[in-house]
Amino acid sequence: MIAQPASNFVRASQANREVVLDVRNLRIHYETPKGDVIAVNGISFQVYKGEIVGLVGESGCGKTTAAMGILQLVPSPGRILAGEILINGLDMLGLTGEELRERRWRELSLIPQGAMNSLNPVMRVRDQIGDAIITHEGQQPKDKLKARILELFALVGLPPRVYDLYPHELSGGMKQRACIAMAIALSPPVIIADEPTSALDVVVQRVVAQTLLDVKERLGVSMIMIGHDMGLQAQMVDRIIVMYAGNIVEVTPVFPAFHNPLHPYTQLLISSIPSIRERKPLKITTGLTHDLRNPPPGCSFQLRCPHVMDICKKTQPAMIEREPEHRVACYLYGKEEAKG
Amino acid sequence: MTTATPLLEIRNATKVYGGGFLQSGSRVVALQNFSMTIPEKPAVITTIAGESGSGKTTLANAILGFINLTAGQIFYRGQDITTLTGQDATNYRREVQAVFQDPYEVYNPFYRVKHIYDMVIAHLDLGYTKSQAREVIEQSLRVVGLRGEEVLEKYPHQLSGGQRQRVMVARAYMMNPKLIIADEPVSAVDASLRAMILDVMLKLRDDLGVSFLYITHDLSTAYQIGDDIFVLYQGSIAERGRTVDVIERPHHPYVQMLINSVPVPDPAVKWGAVLEGVADESLRATVESGCRFYPRCPSRMDRCLQAMPPLYAVDGHEQQAACYLYHK
Repeated sequence: MIAQPASNFVRASQANREVVLDVRNLRIHYETPKGDVIAVNGISFQVYKGEIVGLVGESGCGKTTAAMGILQLVPSPGRILAGEILINGLDMLGLTGEELRERRWRELSLIPQGAMNSLNPVMRVRDQIGDAIITHEGQQPKDKLKARILELFALVGLPPRVYDLYPHELSGGMKQRACIAMAIALSPPVIIADEPTSALDVVVQRVVAQTLLDVKERLGVSMIMIGHDMGLQAQMVDRIIVMYAGNIVEVTPVFPAFHNPLHPYTQLLISSIPSIRERKPLKITTGLTHDLRNPPPGCSFQLRCPHVMDICKKTQPAMIEREPEHRVACYLYGKEEAKG
Repeated sequence: MTTATPLLEIRNATKVYGGGFLQSGSRVVALQNFSMTIPEKPAVITTIAGESGSGKTTLANAILGFINLTAGQIFYRGQDITTLTGQDATNYRREVQAVFQDPYEVYNPFYRVKHIYDMVIAHLDLGYTKSQAREVIEQSLRVVGLRGEEVLEKYPHQLSGGQRQRVMVARAYMMNPKLIIADEPVSAVDASLRAMILDVMLKLRDDLGVSFLYITHDLSTAYQIGDDIFVLYQGSIAERGRTVDVIERPHHPYVQMLINSVPVPDPAVKWGAVLEGVADESLRATVESGCRFYPRCPSRMDRCLQAMPPLYAVDGHEQQAACYLYHK
């Protein structure tokens, strides 16, 4: 039972090494009268072609801000202070407004969190998808556009009759699939999915998750999947990035994330998942995250870490590669030059 | 079992929304013929599980008196809650407490946390002096692992989600309740803090004899802490029994589908085969008579459309499933 999926994971992580999205030193602050909240503290990571990367962490850890930063849609008072976001080598942060408008959705699209609230209620689904296509590719013959939209529907498992419907006539799962259809309309190389199934019931969630996997498989797109449902992450992603208080603390393929987590925070996260397969005592944790305006020097997890040492309170641990593709920022695994 | 008056008894509760004379035809049956009892002793955690629209929050609102039932009755210690007056009504309000889903929305952001407690003490007229009141507040905070100086003088935005939810549990506990209606108390809280709140619930049950009606869509946490479970599907009971029995050996096809769909937090255990039969979501809720699950059911039969299946006993301890598959 264990051996076979392990080989799956090796296959998934070694199949494609081509970097599609390269985020370098991304720093996002929210400006407040009492000082800047450091939401994303200079993070760097890469997304390979055709993989799903899970971005996990507790609420307020900066995962959604990081993803919105990649889309350059950070809401005010948030501001991207530094960093590079390269998609197939092109720095998206260096673009002018008009250039960005042209490329957004074509290079990078979003599957939003609450599909219920992200479709325009007074526009038919077909017009909303058509709108995205026409905006980027110009006016085109009606029958050609219709064929293309129906093809997108088929790809996400929507029946053709949805073509004439308004959003309120669709169920939650169908609306979410309509959003997926819209996200893949221009075949972008990277899609960001912000908790794409969190508002759905378990059974529908599973159907939508299957749709996403299916779409990824057929189009070979890369996805960043933000989420806090670790069960869903285990089922869907190839690699996991764990964030804590604005920092990436661990980057790992999915199998070791669950079976051999290295960072104490990841260990905590994994051990506190309630299971439906096994009744076990609850794991209680204490301690609080520091104020994001005044991070203490050193490791961001020091206040809650059961293994905290003196050095953790002085300098921030750098990312070290413990295993191939498995990196962790923790002094338990040796000391290297601290970053920055 | 025993003949003692149960703490809470619900008999054939039905709630229909709409269908007034201006909106004929748009009736929504939110809850249908729901019956359950919660014993006086021992304290138990009873889970009401179901998807959105299954009627679980309607049930909570009915018990708390926020809505009136269309048919059926709710008895608290043998008395119909709609007929309670005076001291009985106050007692009911005090002994049945609620903890809600979103710990961000239940606070008034302009008041310090202390205000919540002061308000409760003032309203219920418990006759405490200032120092007694403070002592009672401190004591309830200790139960949930907080200290007064940590939270009381702060504003809600200065607390974490887990702290806020524990403050609400402490508030409910302060009333010395017999029953706490917990409507999705952990679904807005992070995984690492979830365990803490569930643990408080277990402690209250075991050490202080407080029963819970735990309303959730999350079968995993129900499995970890629940004693009895009722799984609802579109307003009626699909299956009921001991939580362990129902989750380990579900009988109703819907409950089986539900449990199979819960993503396992282990990449080594992959989801089973692709789900069939649920793609056509348009069939939902189109069944007028008979089993509501018919359109999505993999083992549907003709008779399922004739009448709503009653609860049949299946092999677990007091386990029942509303499905003709178990008709003997």
